[in-house]
Amino acid sequence: MSQLINFISQPWPWYVAGPVIALVMFSLLLLGNSFGISSNLRTLCSIFGAGKTCDFFDFNWRDQLWNLVFALGLVIGGFIAHNYLSTESHISISTATIAELKSLGISDPGSTIVPESIFNWKALATIRGFIILVVGGFLVGFGTRYAGGCTSGHAISGLSDLQIPSLIAVIGFFIGGLIMTHFLLPHLLTI
Amino acid sequence: MKFLRYLLVGVVFGIALTKAEVISWFRIYEMFTFQSFHMYGVIGSAIVIGIIFIQLIKRFEIKNVEGKSIIIPPKQKSLWRYLLGGTIFGLGWAMTGACPGPLFILLGNGITVILVVIGSAILGTYVYGLLRDRLPH
Repeated sequence: MSQLINFISQPWPWYVAGPVIALVMFSLLLLGNSFGISSNLRTLCSIFGAGKTCDFFDFNWRDQLWNLVFALGLVIGGFIAHNYLSTESHISISTATIAELKSLGISDPGSTIVPESIFNWKALATIRGFIILVVGGFLVGFGTRYAGGCTSGHAISGLSDLQIPSLIAVIGFFIGGLIMTHFLLPHLLTI
Repeated sequence: MKFLRYLLVGVVFGIALTKAEVISWFRIYEMFTFQSFHMYGVIGSAIVIGIIFIQLIKRFEIKNVEGKSIIIPPKQKSLWRYLLGGTIFGLGWAMTGACPGPLFILLGNGITVILVVIGSAILGTYVYGLLRDRLPH
């Protein structure tokens, strides 16, 4: 048992993680649902009473409880991996990425899961932290619902089913991601 | 008890994305600068295996646990909502380094400030609902 735990405590290569993601999608289909995590954001709006002011959120959210339970599983899975299946929190990014981020003022890139100088409560009071966390989160929520899905619904489920709308959405994901990373983030990170 | 299965699948997904470093802001930055194959390998192999699974489901008419046919709901035909919505999401993805799944997984990893990002994402979803009729779809 401890050998198994040691084995899965190593960082997982892409060729392990990818098939596991496909298995997760397959399991949800077998259970009678489909793989789409951003729907939970709409469900949470409905639970908070948004259906009273907007028809889009006026639906029986109890039908979506399975997906919220799945999301709770994500939190627990993250907790287990972080506390019991990790020997170190170092992220093995490329030397090119490390050098580039250092030049943008990020100290010790890859030594933690996320850049700690941005992802902390105090950073919310800075322009950089506020834009990245609050505005960034807003765009994730607005964009996924407008596009009708996120990475799980479009990139994994939709492309696996060879759906053209999902291909267009994924092209959009990359247009936005490339514009942000190459033209906007360099300024944002050095504010 | 029915929900326990969803919880379990979620736990597996949360562990996989943590152990493969997919939830890392640094990995998303590296993906958008094309400085590593890692993220393309993860997403690409998931899609290739996913295509095989879906083809097997169709070929052998595999039924779900309730005995019903498995269908992935076909997406509505449109260009603008996918292109514009997708681009807006992409901007946010590259900023926060997280799509909706990793938002929840990062919380489990002890990054508590991610609650603010989740809150903003819920607000963004709500504002989309309000503006929906006025946006090109």
